[in-house]
Amino acid sequence: MAPKTLYDKIWDAHVAHESEDGTCLLYIDRHLVHEVTSPQAFEGLRMAGRKVHAPDKTIAVPDHNVPTTPGREDPSNMTEDSAIQVAALDKNAKEFGIHYYPVSDVRQGIVHIVGPEQGWTLPGMTVVCGDSHTATHGAFGALAHGIGTSEVEHVLATQTLIQKKSKNMKVEITGKLKPGVTAKDITLAVIGATGTAGGTGYVIEYCGEAIRDLTMEGRMTVCNMAIEGGARAGLIAPDETTFEYVKGRPHAPKGAQWEAAMDWWKTLYTDEGAHFDKVVTLKGEDIQPVVTWGTSPEDVLPITATVPAPEDFEGGKVGAAQRALEYMGLEPGQKLTDIEIDTVFIGSCTNGRIEDLRAAAEILKGKKIAVKRAMVVPGSGLVRAQAEEEGLADIFKEAGFEWRLAGCSMCLAMNPDQLSEHERCAATSNRNFEGRQGYKGRTHLVSPAMAAAAAVTGKLTDVREMI
Amino acid sequence: MDKFTKLTGIAAPMPLVNIDTDMIIPKVFLKTIKRSGLGVNLFDEMRYDRQGNEIEDFVLNQPQYREAEILVAGDNFGCGSSREHAPWAIKDYGIRCVISTSFADIFFNNCFKNGILPIVVSEEEHALLMKDAEKGSNARITVDLEAQEVTTSDGEVIAFEVDAFKKHCLLNGLDDIGLTMEKSASIDAFEAQASQARPWV
Ligand code: SF4
Repeated sequence: MAPKTLYDKIWDAHVAHESEDGTCLLYIDRHLVHEVTSPQAFEGLRMAGRKVHAPDKTIAVPDHNVPTTPGREDPSNMTEDSAIQVAALDKNAKEFGIHYYPVSDVRQGIVHIVGPEQGWTLPGMTVVCGDSHTATHGAFGALAHGIGTSEVEHVLATQTLIQKKSKNMKVEITGKLKPGVTAKDITLAVIGATGTAGGTGYVIEYCGEAIRDLTMEGRMTVCNMAIEGGARAGLIAPDETTFEYVKGRPHAPKGAQWEAAMDWWKTLYTDEGAHFDKVVTLKGEDIQPVVTWGTSPEDVLPITATVPAPEDFEGGKVGAAQRALEYMGLEPGQKLTDIEIDTVFIGSCTNGRIEDLRAAAEILKGKKIAVKRAMVVPGSGLVRAQAEEEGLADIFKEAGFEWRLAGCSMCLAMNPDQLSEHERCAATSNRNFEGRQGYKGRTHLVSPAMAAAAAVTGKLTDVREMI
Repeated sequence: MDKFTKLTGIAAPMPLVNIDTDMIIPKVFLKTIKRSGLGVNLFDEMRYDRQGNEIEDFVLNQPQYREAEILVAGDNFGCGSSREHAPWAIKDYGIRCVISTSFADIFFNNCFKNGILPIVVSEEEHALLMKDAEKGSNARITVDLEAQEVTTSDGEVIAFEVDAFKKHCLLNGLDDIGLTMEKSASIDAFEAQASQARPWV
């Protein structure tokens, strides 16, 4: 038999129908749903008199525009349009009989954090959600990607997706990471190397020693931003680290089913000699703590660098860099470590897990913030509870951070957590687009440790000087 | 879904690269539970100032482009969030075709589900079309999906590729869900086999 990639293996196990032209109906094992991209899909079902095909494989949680301040169970504490979307999800979840974690449930949180935490996400699965960061779940060796609302409706109605197979790219990170360098720096460095369109049309498999050495949480951070590199999905082959993480989760298989699952999961790796359409290799030891200077995640530089000039680029990127510098209020040649920060945001599906909070707290211990405001928004109610138990919440609060309830919050600023005009933020989220964190707000993407370092000094800071 | 067959119209030039879905429709407009009415907020932050006044320079605010039905845009158009509100807003504005050198994956797929034709062309062809679009309302570009051809105002013909299935659906205005449901026997058979092979799912 021809050697297969991990992607080939998962794909082949999920083709429910293949047409002559290669268009497939791919069967979906898990469908995650949130309040912003689903109302029109449920409405479509209702209008056509259709049901949810597999309600037991469909999991809903409100996260994108819920407030992260206390009292949010009461809809009158939400803006009117948020309340309408949350109420619509409540109603749809009940009416169509799908799994649901309302804001009042301690398990509520960002959909991509809740899925793995509850054991809904398992190796070898197909996972979709009406959200581009569904790529996160690829960390388990699951084929996971974002879909639009029409596709949400299609999956709800048929439990399949119309798909053609993507090309396959291997991204290998060899060797070890240096101290102070994290999964976030890996994923940003990869995008810096390939560009935001470098992965378009591909499914990426991340491999190499530096990836193997990561915890599941770090792997989720890496896969989370596969989409920022344009890829359809990111994958990491499951191994002992994966199985260890999954075991005992509420919806993970138990007993004989666990054994049967393990038998299959252990076959989920890329065979020796399997073909990749593109290969990118980075050396782990070359990766430094990085930060974005512009308005695209590919605008990434080591923290030790200076702000580039538009002339440093070619083609359409010259104009884009010009515009980005203007938007960000930066001058070419300025040292990145001289950039003053107003706000620090720690959270999101990229970096809102317990290890992220630990890494930030480690830097913050016994220190005070030197920025105007700083907030931590845990990725789920359970992450929040654990951080409180470990004493991390106290470290954050004593340093001057706001300690919020779980949700997407300032990652996309759909709720009241927004930057004001020209407010400059060091954020652990994944997008630095214009207006992403608030109208004319300025975002620098960093790792949790780098965000904490910036909070302490009031500037973008090389975290290696603080460890 | 609305059919797309052949269209002759004004093309608006937007040479900026990496136009993301946050630029196409900022998130403040995602709090709707409907699909329609987003056209007035298409490109909102580029199109209006904070007081809601039109920004003169922005292409769709210029008199010759107000009626544009085609967009010629820079590389990697539609990157970022998966929001289908982006194609809904484009369609609601009246644009039915976007031409670029490349598109982000999810956006590209979302277009077809909403009666919009995204066309990928080479850099040279793109430069040609961009120049044509810059001529304003005197230059009308024709897009013929059946023939898979774009014709410039000077009569130059550019052939383009399109997935056969997607073309078929767009030409006939077919709804994916209905088509898939015709294959429900295959889905049922797959489920029966998969629940044996992977009962833990
Ligand atoms: S945390 Fe940010 S990126 Fe993640 S799902 Fe929420 S809005 Fe999207």
